[in-house]
Amino acid sequence: MTRAEPLLQIENLQVSFFLPGVEVPAVRGLDLVVGAGETVGLVGESGCGKSVTALSVLGLVGDPGRVKAGSIRLGGRELVGLAPRELRAVRGRQVGMVFQEPMTSLNPVFTVGYQLAEALTTHFDLSRQEVRDRCVGLLREVGIPAPEDRLGAYPAQLSGGLRQRVMIAMAVACRPRLLLADEPTTALDVTIQAQIMGLLARLRRELGMAVLLITHDLGLVAQNVGRVVVMYAGHAVEEAATADLFAEPLHPYTRGLLGSIPGAPGTRPGDRLRAIPGNVPHPTRVPSGCPFRDRCDLAVDACADTLPELEPKRPGHRARCLRVDRRV
Amino acid sequence: MSGAYRDAGPWRILWRRLQRNPQAMAGLAIVVGLAVVAVLHPWLAPYDPAGVNVRQILQPPGADHWLGTDELGRDVFSRLVYGAPISLLVGFVAVGISVAIGTVLGCTAGYYGGWWDSLVMRLVDLLQAIPTFFLILAAIAFLKPSIWLIMVIIGLTGWMGVCRMVRAEVLSLRDREFVMAARVQGAGDMRILLRHLLPNAIVPVLVSATLGIAGAILVESSLSFLGLGVQPPQPSWGNMLAQARDNLAGGWWNTVFPGAAIFVTVLGYNLLGEGLRDALDPKISDR
Repeated sequence: MTRAEPLLQIENLQVSFFLPGVEVPAVRGLDLVVGAGETVGLVGESGCGKSVTALSVLGLVGDPGRVKAGSIRLGGRELVGLAPRELRAVRGRQVGMVFQEPMTSLNPVFTVGYQLAEALTTHFDLSRQEVRDRCVGLLREVGIPAPEDRLGAYPAQLSGGLRQRVMIAMAVACRPRLLLADEPTTALDVTIQAQIMGLLARLRRELGMAVLLITHDLGLVAQNVGRVVVMYAGHAVEEAATADLFAEPLHPYTRGLLGSIPGAPGTRPGDRLRAIPGNVPHPTRVPSGCPFRDRCDLAVDACADTLPELEPKRPGHRARCLRVDRRV
Repeated sequence: MSGAYRDAGPWRILWRRLQRNPQAMAGLAIVVGLAVVAVLHPWLAPYDPAGVNVRQILQPPGADHWLGTDELGRDVFSRLVYGAPISLLVGFVAVGISVAIGTVLGCTAGYYGGWWDSLVMRLVDLLQAIPTFFLILAAIAFLKPSIWLIMVIIGLTGWMGVCRMVRAEVLSLRDREFVMAARVQGAGDMRILLRHLLPNAIVPVLVSATLGIAGAILVESSLSFLGLGVQPPQPSWGNMLAQARDNLAGGWWNTVFPGAAIFVTVLGYNLLGEGLRDALDPKISDR
C-alpha cells in the first residue's frame, strides 16, 4: 500500500470555530490520504467534522472557523496558508465539490447553461462556441437527455436528480483530479441515489479522478468505495479497506454503527436493534483520552488517560482504540 | 423545441404577471408615451418654446394654440413638450446616481459586514435623519442653481433606501448554497458579488428606482416652482407653474396643464412601480 505521492495528504488537521469566549474544535488532528483515482469514504455522524474537513481542503472554512494546525497537500503542494488567488485556482480546477442540496446549490436566476459555462470560463479561456460545445458535452456526460435543450433551462424546471447531475457536471467541468462529494445523494430518492452513485463511479473511471465520498450512510459506503475512514468527534477512529471494515470492525464505535443496522452480521431477524448508548458529545465537552470512552462498553480507566494512536491492528487496518481485541 | 424552457426565466415571469395588472400596464403606457415625447420633442412642438409673441398673450386653448399661451405669448403645449425631457432627465440621472451609490454601498456592506457595514449603515441613519428637501434647498442656496446640480443633489440624498434594501438582500443571499457552490468552483469575491448576488437582488432595486423617478421629478418640480430649480427661459413644468401663479384668474390653462403633466408623470411611474412590486410578491401565485 505504499504510493510515491498520494494525491491528497492531510496530516494532523485541526480546525476550530472561534466563538466569543470559546474555541469549538471541529476537527482534532485528522490524518487522511487519498491516492490518485482512489475512492475513499469519510463516514461519521452529523457534527463529527467530515464536512469541515472537505471545506478545509478548499480553504473555505468560513468565519469564525479557521484551520488551526496541520497540513493539507494536494499533489505535493501545501494548500494550508495558500494565498486567496492561488486557492481560487485550485477550487474547481483541481478539486471539484458536490453538495448535499441540489435544490439550492444552483443560482435560481440563471440558466443551467450559463452556470455551467461559468464553471468553465472561471478557469479556461474559451471561445463562445467552444464553451457551448463543452457544456453540451458535459451534460451528455452526466446522462442528461436532450442536453442542447436543457442548456436553456432554469434550475426550477429540473428535478432534484437532474439538478444533482448538473451540479456534478459543474464540479467535473474543469477535469479536477479530486472530487469532494459531500452527502451527494442524501436529499434524493433511493432509486435516483443509485443512479447518481453509478454516475460518480463512471466519471471516476473515465476521468481518472479520485473521489472523497463524505456520508453518514454506511450502506452507500459499502457499495461504492474502496477504503473507509470513520470519524468520531473530530478524530479518525478507524481506517480500513471497505471489505475489511465490514468483515471485522475493530473500533467499538464502528461496531456500534454496524450493529445498529438491521440485518447486521451476528444478528437474527427479530432481534432488537442495538443502539449506541448516549449521544455524540458537544464539541466543547468531548471527554479526555478516548473521545468515545463514556459511551463504550469496553472502556477502562486507562482510556481516560491518553488519546490512543490510530495504529495498525490488522494488516492495512488501523484503529484508535486500546481495547480492540477485547470483546464483550 | 430549443425554446422549451425560455418562458420560465425570472424576467419572463415578471412580464407575464405585469401584463395581467391593468394599472401597471396603464403606468407603463404613460411611461413609454412620455419617453417618446421626450425623445421626439423638437419635432412634436409646433412652436418655439421660447418664442415670445406679444400679439398672442394669454390666448385660451384653441386651434392655433392647443393648450393656449402664457403671459408672454409663448405656446403652452410646446413648452410642456420641451419640459418633458428635462423632467425625465432629472428623474433618470438623479435615480441613476442614487441607485449606483446605494447598490455599491449596500452590496459591499452586506457582503463584507464588519466595520464597513457599521459605517455605511450609520451613514444611512444619519442622512435619513436629515429632511432631504431642506438639505437640497440649503445646498442650492449656497451654489448656483442649475439642472445638473439638482440632479446630483437629489441623487446624493436619495440613495439610502436602495442601500438598505440591497444590503438586506445580499445578507439573505450571502450564505445560500449556490454562493458556496460558486466559491467551490473558484469564483472570487467580485465574481460572486456581480454575477451571483447582484442579479438576485436587482429586481427590488428596479421597483425602488421606478418609484424613485417619480419622487425625483416631484422634487425637481417643487424646486423649479420655488425658483431654485430649472431657470427660465428654459421651460420646466415646475417653473411654468411658478410663472402662472401671477395670472391664476386670467389663464387657468397656464396652471392646469403643467400641473396635469406633473401629476400624470408621477402617477405613471408610481403605477408601474407598484405593479412591479406586486409582480415580485412571491405570495401571489403565478399560474
